[in-house]
Amino acid sequence: MSNEIGRPSESDSGAAPYNFGGEWKPSQLEIDRRAARKERNRRNAAIAIISSIFVIGGLALVAVTSPGWKSLSDTFFAWAYGVEVLPKIILGFGTNVALTLIASVCVGIFGLSIALIRTSRSPALAPFRILATVYVDVFRGIPMLLVLLLVGFGIPALRIKGLTNNVLILGTLAVVITYTAYVAEVIRSGILTIHPSQRAAARSLGLSHFQSLRFVVLPQAFRRVTPPLLNDLVALIKDTGLVSILGVTDAVRAAQIASSRSFNYTPYVMAAIIFLLVTIPLTRFTDRTLRRSIERQNATGVA
Amino acid sequence: MTQPVLKVNQVRKSYGAEVVLEDISFSVPVHTATVFIGSSGSGKSTLLRCINLLDQIDDGSIELDGEDITAVDADVDKVRRKLGIVFQSFNLFPHMKVIDNITLAPMKVQGISKEVARENAYKLLDRFGLHDKAQDYPDRLSGGQQQRVAIIRSIAVAPRLLLLDEITSALDPVLVNEVLSTVRDLKIEGMTMVLATHEMGFAKQVADEVCFLHHGKILEWGTPTQILEAPQQPETKEFLKRVHEAGRL
Repeated sequence: MSNEIGRPSESDSGAAPYNFGGEWKPSQLEIDRRAARKERNRRNAAIAIISSIFVIGGLALVAVTSPGWKSLSDTFFAWAYGVEVLPKIILGFGTNVALTLIASVCVGIFGLSIALIRTSRSPALAPFRILATVYVDVFRGIPMLLVLLLVGFGIPALRIKGLTNNVLILGTLAVVITYTAYVAEVIRSGILTIHPSQRAAARSLGLSHFQSLRFVVLPQAFRRVTPPLLNDLVALIKDTGLVSILGVTDAVRAAQIASSRSFNYTPYVMAAIIFLLVTIPLTRFTDRTLRRSIERQNATGVA
Repeated sequence: MTQPVLKVNQVRKSYGAEVVLEDISFSVPVHTATVFIGSSGSGKSTLLRCINLLDQIDDGSIELDGEDITAVDADVDKVRRKLGIVFQSFNLFPHMKVIDNITLAPMKVQGISKEVARENAYKLLDRFGLHDKAQDYPDRLSGGQQQRVAIIRSIAVAPRLLLLDEITSALDPVLVNEVLSTVRDLKIEGMTMVLATHEMGFAKQVADEVCFLHHGKILEWGTPTQILEAPQQPETKEFLKRVHEAGRL
């Protein structure tokens, strides 16, 4: 399906997108065309199935017949052990989910604020604009693992009274710092795609600067950047696994504990599967949103 | 003699070294329409943008209801509330239905309740034959319909003065007539207007006064008959001849 992005899907061509009123009957040529298209689709599907069986089957065969397969499947696919440790990993995954929820709300608020500061032209905000630019440049350029280590071990090392030593809070903080930089840029790019004439129209109607943003610019900007924002959400869920480095007992850490006790890596595979159970549906949802937004733009003729 | 709605005094405007408007003076009495004609680059659009304070003049002054709106301490938002402007490219809000496009400013700027704003909007849509388009998004409308919605959106806040900037330049001749008749209706109802246009139909059917703008100066002005049928300046004659050849007169 993904190769159909950017053009109206063929299955839609039967139903007229506009209701012209009255009954519409396809012409003979259109009926023939549909029959031919159906035939072509059937042939394509058959070819796709056969080639998939060959390629995937071939790869599986190579893996299973390799000399190390037996020991590998014992260490990574010991399902009985996997099921035994599953409750602990799921419990740990709860931390990842909670962290994702809290972080995404914070990232949304801070990201929007920074995007607004960077796109404003008010002279009073000039120092904040500079700070925001520096912040984005710095934290988009540092690996998140380093930010985690610096925040997680750096802040407690300051030994300032009242500052937390809680690794979960520090881990969340590091995730928020990093992702805010990315999300701010996504939102900013969305704001910049809205043509100045929209703001001019709003202002000339008497709307204030803030009202123009709130009712005219931002709603259009967010519509355009929803797919990349969802994409960042998927990445965020995965990256919450990195807080395990600080000792937070999330899914990754739980798997690590379980596997170090038995010298068996199946818990890692279990953790991976749990992540996939959440991220794959979300990715599909993102794809669908993206496809829809492209179709909508094509339908209106304004890209 | 009552005070004119708009009074422009010796306005000058330049972009860097390039002078776009020079020594522009005219006034627009209430319930009248002044139409600016002239070729592209003559300064028509800049003049309207200056009146709406989207651009700033370098010298002279502009008075709206006797109040100097180009004074350094003028309240831009307050001035814009008294002015409506319609653009060449419609500039409707694509994410809002037609009805919401029209009610946004009355609700947010004037603080009118949603019910009343909608009622007023439907009255306007009715009057201009667009009632059945209220719940559509702008991109489902033809260019002429979009421009008429843009006009309705501008007059929904009951402006003192309506500025129309090349509003038919993006439309084909059939749609031009549809928009033209809307503007004629506004004129009949007494809306005070300033128009910049290539479309001589506006000059003929709507104008009380026609000004010919050439290289940023008003070369000639008078009634539509005077200007369109008996122009005195060679530049005006030349311009009208070219318009005539293009089949727009």
